[in-house]
Amino acid sequence: MAYVKAFVVGGLLCAIAQAAMDLTKANPAIIMVSAVSAGAILSGLGLYAPLVEFAGAGATIPLPGFGHTLVTGMLEDAAQWGLFGILTGGFKAVSAGLLSAVLFGYLMAVLFNPKG
Amino acid sequence: MTKANIREQEAYSAFLEDFRPKRATLRNIVVAFFVGGLICTVGQGVLTYIMTRGIPLKQAYVLTSSIMVFAGAFLTGLGVYDKIGSFAGMGAALPITGFANSVVSPAMEFKREGFVLGVGAKMFQVAGPVIVYASLSATVVSILKLYVF
Amino acid sequence: MKFHRRGKSTCVFEQMPVLVSAAAVVGPREGKGPLGAEFDMVYSTTLLGEASWEKAESKMLRQAVDLALAKANLDESDIDFLIAGDLLNQIISSAYMAREYDIPFLGIYGACATMSEGIGIGSLLVAGRFARYVIVASSSHHDAAERQFRYPTEFGHQRPPTGQWTATAAGAVVVGVKGKGPRVEAVTIGRVQDLGVSEPNDMGSAMAPGFADTVWRHLQDMARKPEDYDLVLSGDLGRIGSLIGRQLLRNKGIVIDEIHQDAGVMLYDPSPEVGAGGSGCGCVASVFSGKLWKELYNRQYRRILLVATGALHSPTACQQGESIPCVAHAVSIVSE
Repeated sequence: MAYVKAFVVGGLLCAIAQAAMDLTKANPAIIMVSAVSAGAILSGLGLYAPLVEFAGAGATIPLPGFGHTLVTGMLEDAAQWGLFGILTGGFKAVSAGLLSAVLFGYLMAVLFNPKG
Repeated sequence: MTKANIREQEAYSAFLEDFRPKRATLRNIVVAFFVGGLICTVGQGVLTYIMTRGIPLKQAYVLTSSIMVFAGAFLTGLGVYDKIGSFAGMGAALPITGFANSVVSPAMEFKREGFVLGVGAKMFQVAGPVIVYASLSATVVSILKLYVF
Repeated sequence: MKFHRRGKSTCVFEQMPVLVSAAAVVGPREGKGPLGAEFDMVYSTTLLGEASWEKAESKMLRQAVDLALAKANLDESDIDFLIAGDLLNQIISSAYMAREYDIPFLGIYGACATMSEGIGIGSLLVAGRFARYVIVASSSHHDAAERQFRYPTEFGHQRPPTGQWTATAAGAVVVGVKGKGPRVEAVTIGRVQDLGVSEPNDMGSAMAPGFADTVWRHLQDMARKPEDYDLVLSGDLGRIGSLIGRQLLRNKGIVIDEIHQDAGVMLYDPSPEVGAGGSGCGCVASVFSGKLWKELYNRQYRRILLVATGALHSPTACQQGESIPCVAHAVSIVSE
């Protein structure tokens, strides 16, 4: 059942992004930026956490999950340190994703050449 | 002067309406749904597997995204992910594997300009805006959450 | 003093320059297309054994020049001027190609209109008796253009149906005072047209007004009708731009539907990746040099009008919100 939920929710998020791109004719970068910001806002409204609860990876793997993780991390540290926590908590929470992107990105650039 | 004035531009834009091809919007949305859903299902599989190894939920999520980033990066290196992307659009771009693709593709592409000014400088050419606006919006949301609501 | 100009923008040659030879080389995708058999050389990879797409493009251009020289039985030393252009910043493919030859070099930029601009300038040099032979070449490379104008080549994104696929191709033509081959009768230099289209993924719509304007002016200046031509070859309006261009001309009372073909449409089989058709300097250059030159040489056509159209934008200009200025140059060519 967890797989079905992940499939449907993850798929729906992608379908919404695709619809937004096709209907507004915006370029992919703008859609990705909007998606990640939408995730942060939904997280602030307290809507994204239940979605993660419900769909697991279906909600964390798409980009809005990245915005949600940032907000969650900021608020977690802020609970302890106040405003200062916003500075420390965000990137701590997304560190794994970002550092993996840099490390694996660099590794792949060393190993492979673009095929065109 | 041959640059058209506003009225001529509007007239031409209206004239073009008859020629505008229809985007295959419905097809694109359906494909994005299935491919995006499939990638998330794989992510769920990774998550479930990690948790059977006794890793707590929060760490399991972190590790899952890291593994999915690797998968996206590796498929980009093999020259496969751009094909998935041109087939599935946002179905491939929105999952974190697509984020990895957007980091790895410029890193590979600009290797020919060197490892500092090529790979280093261009790596976040596409993904940079995502990180910038994610940080900004998350900060604003958090401050509002802390002090306003 | 007598001037050889008709109307506002058409140069007419009393002694017509000869297109002595032509050669076209293309990449793998173009080789698999409907015109695959027409090209002199089809590469099996897009990298051509070079270290970068840019180097590959330059090599392709050099190959086209060498082949055109060989076909004309001419040596480097017989050529007075080399005229070339491409899509890359500072037309590097052409410059790096030109450093391989001991020939005075004129680099030109007209985006996809480069080939007809070059044939026009070459013909003027020859007709003005400033040169015995001039070689004209232009090229484009899909991946080199992609990373410069759009995204890194391995970035996964969907192309809109109005988008065009930059051709990996090069063409070269030798223009001479004498010899056997099709002759250049007249050249119409286009005006830059900008009707406010600012979407770089919709170049057909942007370029069609330039195409229509130049065709119309050419016919006016020459006091001719479309029926006087067996073929109007545009390069590269694509499928959508072709329809727009024809309609714009129809609105001026000129019907070219029967005789019009577009190099961008001819080069590839339709597919979602290719979108509206091919584009890039190399597209019309290779279609003309590979197919049309031969057909003119064999007198399959009496007279054709080559109208290459170029979108003269850059990513910087588009990001700053500018619209796309476009130009088209027409070359009227008759078989011997």
